[in-house]
Amino acid sequence: MNAPQRGIPSSVARVDHLVIAELVTPGVRVLDVGCGDGQLLGLLEATRGVDGRGIEISQKGVNECVARGLSVIQGDADTDLVDYPDDAFDYVILSQTLQATHRPRDVLEQMLRIGGKAIVSFPNFGHWRMRGMLLVTGRMPVTRSLPHAWYDTPNIHFCTIRDFVALCDEIDARIEKGVALNGSGQRIALTAPWWFWNLFGQQAVFLLSR
Amino acid sequence: MTIAGDTESTDARTTDPTRAAIDQANDPSSPVVRFGPDQPLLLDSGTRLDRLQVAYQTYGTLNRERSNAILVCHALTGDQHVGNEHPVTGKSGWWSLMVGPGKPIDTDRYFVICSNVLGGCLGTTGPASTDPATGQPYGLDLPVITIRDMVNVQARLLDHLGIETLFSVAGGSMGGMQVLQWAASFPDRVFSALPIAAGARHSSQNIAFHEVGRQAVMADPEWRGGRYLTEDTSPRKGLAVARMAAHITYLSEQALHRKFGRNLQDRDKPTFGFDADFQIESYLRHQGMTFVERFDANSYLYLTRAMDYFDLAADYGGRLANAFRGSKTRFCVASFTSDWLFPTVENKAVVRALNASGASVSFVEIDTDRGHDAFLLDEPELFDTIRGFLSSAAHARGIG
Repeated sequence: MNAPQRGIPSSVARVDHLVIAELVTPGVRVLDVGCGDGQLLGLLEATRGVDGRGIEISQKGVNECVARGLSVIQGDADTDLVDYPDDAFDYVILSQTLQATHRPRDVLEQMLRIGGKAIVSFPNFGHWRMRGMLLVTGRMPVTRSLPHAWYDTPNIHFCTIRDFVALCDEIDARIEKGVALNGSGQRIALTAPWWFWNLFGQQAVFLLSR
Repeated sequence: MTIAGDTESTDARTTDPTRAAIDQANDPSSPVVRFGPDQPLLLDSGTRLDRLQVAYQTYGTLNRERSNAILVCHALTGDQHVGNEHPVTGKSGWWSLMVGPGKPIDTDRYFVICSNVLGGCLGTTGPASTDPATGQPYGLDLPVITIRDMVNVQARLLDHLGIETLFSVAGGSMGGMQVLQWAASFPDRVFSALPIAAGARHSSQNIAFHEVGRQAVMADPEWRGGRYLTEDTSPRKGLAVARMAAHITYLSEQALHRKFGRNLQDRDKPTFGFDADFQIESYLRHQGMTFVERFDANSYLYLTRAMDYFDLAADYGGRLANAFRGSKTRFCVASFTSDWLFPTVENKAVVRALNASGASVSFVEIDTDRGHDAFLLDEPELFDTIRGFLSSAAHARGIG
């Protein structure tokens, strides 16, 4: 296996990763929960100079991360966050993973215990395309970005932007910032109302604090 | 029956086994360093050793900055011959899949050191070594030693070799215990650490298995209260039984079943006797008999005891995280799904403690049915992990 150069992303960075990177203060301690092959962590180390750690469930992902020089442990967001002490990190990131966890609420609470701030990005199930497919075909939506059939999807807890905001309310998490991206990866204007975000945001990124 | 991977010669040795054991202990076929009474070694037991000998092997070249040294720590029945032919058995080095030119621990790139542990029987001071006070083998007069004593001896060897900081320290099982002790005792001397299939303590079950082995040795009348070398005997049967019992714990139920099942050994039906009817019996007997050719029974007692006493958290106020507080060392912990001697949960306890102490840690659990011994075998995922971890650490350390 060839180890890619440390910190240099292996491909052009994804828009949602760039949005997350903008939310992270340089030089802080970051835990990326569900870090995959380490693309986002690598980007954060390269562009924000963070002290980054990761948790990833797949052995393949962990091996790729370790080969990149990232500190990543094989583990599960649902069970392993309890092992971290309070305030161990400045930021805890959950990128496109919330909908795959068994207990999203517990995971969010753990993130805010471990880190002063949490960044969560997720696909918005309230997007007009989802609503349209359900309305017109009467079947669970399958799209290019969410290509799994209902019976073999890892995504077991979809939510809409409004659902997520309601959950933040319920667990007393403060929303410091929110960004919604439309289907072409462009940001939806901050001034737009929630219902507009919820209808036209294909994915959302939120910065939360306690 | 042919046993996969077994190339050990079964020819009867012509040399006197007692003499050979004493020779290996005093005069090994490895370089040695000797320390005299001017530098006594203080032991955890509160006693001290006035004379100490350390046998070691090295591979590769130490660079000009002295920054590329990797210390490999061997397991219970291992030795310093990590990457070369064993002088007694003629087998290839015990970790030659991992250590060598182009291997994950690449001797073209790194300078690899492996020393026989304190209490061992291949040239570092142990119970078969000659006690300078009596001119006879120590036997049970050697003080009981600990994992920390072993590590202190290794640190002396490195001082002697002029190596201040290790690029890495790596080892599996008892070797992994030494790795953890190194990181705790000498955090500034360890740039990266690779504890594999290990734990920060020996579990009650592990102590229990070791006790069975020790009792088997001591129940052999030829053990003679530990003075068998002086009395020119050898507790071969006891040590073989100890090895047979221990060997089961190094494998897994699935692997045993896959390799042997209920297959009969060179026969079509059971003999209705107590001969080795089953292949697994024959295999274990073979493991036991070949082990006694190369290992000293008293060493087995001392080293199993050292593992039993290991409890790193206990040395740091009961909190394992305290052992690694402020550590700058980069850790990579690896465990195996079918290892029931040092199961993933024990390895993860180390990972948790490292996380709690804010240390840099990576962790992989390798999916395999080969049990604890998987760390010695061809496990590509393990090799990829270690290669990647060391390469990125080398980059961070500026090793070309």
